Amino acid sequence: MARRVKNPNKIKRSRGEEIFNVFNIIFLSLLMLACLYPFWYVICASFSKSSLMMGHSGALFKPLGFSLAAYKKVFENRSIWIGYGNTIFYVVAGTALNIFMTVLGAYFLSRKNVPGRTPIMLMIMFTMYFSGGMIPGFLNIQSLGLYDNRLVLIVTGAISTFNLIIMRTAMASIDACMEESARLDGANHFTILFKIMLPLTKATVAVLVLYYGVAHWNSWFNAMIYLEDKMKEPLQLVLRQILIINDLSDMGMGEDSEMVSETIKHATIIVSTVPILALYPFLQKYFVKGMMVGAVKG
Amino acid sequence: MKKAKQNDSAAIVPTMSNWELTKRRIWRNKELYLIILPVLVYYILFHYKPMYGLIIAFQDYSPRRGIWGSDWVGLQNFKDFFGGIYFWRLLRNTLSISLVTLVVGFPAPIILALLVNELRSKLFSRITQTITYMPHFVSMVVLCAMIREFVAEDGFITQFLVKFFGYDGKNLLSRGAYFTPIYAISNIWQGVGWGSIVYLAALTGIDMELYEAARVDGAGRWKQTIHITIPSIAPTIIVMLIMRMGQIMSVGHEKIILLYNEGIYDKADVISTYVYRMGIVNRQYSFSAAVGMFNSVVNFILVIAANQISKKVSETSLW
Repeated sequence: MARRVKNPNKIKRSRGEEIFNVFNIIFLSLLMLACLYPFWYVICASFSKSSLMMGHSGALFKPLGFSLAAYKKVFENRSIWIGYGNTIFYVVAGTALNIFMTVLGAYFLSRKNVPGRTPIMLMIMFTMYFSGGMIPGFLNIQSLGLYDNRLVLIVTGAISTFNLIIMRTAMASIDACMEESARLDGANHFTILFKIMLPLTKATVAVLVLYYGVAHWNSWFNAMIYLEDKMKEPLQLVLRQILIINDLSDMGMGEDSEMVSETIKHATIIVSTVPILALYPFLQKYFVKGMMVGAVKG
Repeated sequence: MKKAKQNDSAAIVPTMSNWELTKRRIWRNKELYLIILPVLVYYILFHYKPMYGLIIAFQDYSPRRGIWGSDWVGLQNFKDFFGGIYFWRLLRNTLSISLVTLVVGFPAPIILALLVNELRSKLFSRITQTITYMPHFVSMVVLCAMIREFVAEDGFITQFLVKFFGYDGKNLLSRGAYFTPIYAISNIWQGVGWGSIVYLAALTGIDMELYEAARVDGAGRWKQTIHITIPSIAPTIIVMLIMRMGQIMSVGHEKIILLYNEGIYDKADVISTYVYRMGIVNRQYSFSAAVGMFNSVVNFILVIAANQISKKVSETSLW
């Protein structure tokens, strides 16, 4: 495709390369459009007049009319705010426990010369490849008395083995001299872990906070099978009720329900997704760094 | 390794037996065992106890009578599953959804990474990355809600197909034949940018001198891509592919549960969603535990096999 470069000492591009470049830019622009358009559609629909949306089918390039009625309904909807509140609790408490447990495990597994480390490591690794599966897991939660208990969403995934290994790798790469000198100064393992190891691995910890946090934010399935009380439901489960099951009864749909029925789902999507999408550009580099750390192994 | 260490120590303190030494080391590290204790408790309670719970797959389990009181039925649950009318359908759907997703989904991020790598404008490259990563941050529930909306009768994807391909305009999710494409394409939409990160990382690791040398030899960009870029990231690609092969029988239940409906079970129902319906919804615990166990065992064998192959091919392995 590409022609020979006529003058090898100058970086000169052949015609084939120029053509390729143009197509590359066009193709990637189309791809970006494909990534963005669904969001744009939802935004447009959420601000449209429901009556106009009703008769509309196909693509949207700008809102049909302009109405904030759907947003008003969403903001008035108690279950969405309860869901938001619950999700924030699950994200904060869950991630805190995740980090605490992962750091403990990683510290132990990164020590050398500890009798029993290898069998414990194998025992932990094994769970990455084999599990009891959904049903024994479900019965286990019931037998532990965690059914319909908020704790279930916090403790069931207290450690992600994959993240544990990332953390262990980070701790194992810390120079042993630091630890030795601290030991000579009489520091015990707790001091070394929290005063030396954590500050030195805080970049990895930050990445794991993001990973765990997003996982809690997105999770809905465990909440669906383990929680009965609506007051405990996380946002994603509330969203499922509204968006997937089409249950708009919590929306306080009365006389004016016709007014927003076509646009309320879109407004719900925007209200529930914008916080993450707005945060993400600032956090992107941490995520990407995390991917790199993970890519080193696996 | 352990033995060598013990020998080392024995040389320093020859009077002590190995056991004495180990005991000393355990005692010296007692704080460490306290640190690992909660982690062990977690793994035992939430991973190993459910594994033990798998024995209900060989029982006619009743929650009231518990694992100890329930009747043993041997392999009956497995026989019921293998001989049942859904076995082949589930196997076929699981494998086909998984394979299609792999075949179209696996190369996509590699191609994207290569294209982004060819961009000369740093800014354009950064914008492309930021925007293509974005769908990754949409939650599963919202993603599926969007899909359902777009492929409904008046959705823009359906209308697009009507306009340009003469589609008859029915909801795409009401037809089983479209389920796998919808599943696979939406996977690409959500994951292509994010998946390219690994390959972009591998691409930045390529020695620039290789390209310069190639240019001096008169190789154009295309030749450079074929002879330098692709061979350089081949190890990453091979490892990723082999690992992905190990998951060929595990299709997650979450996305399918949010997308399918009774009308298209014939094409959309996979093993994990079947386990969910039989076990959680219909409460046939023993039967669905057996189905799940079959799936777990197959997955385990596949991962081990994939790892062995990876070791042979690329000297990279998970353990």
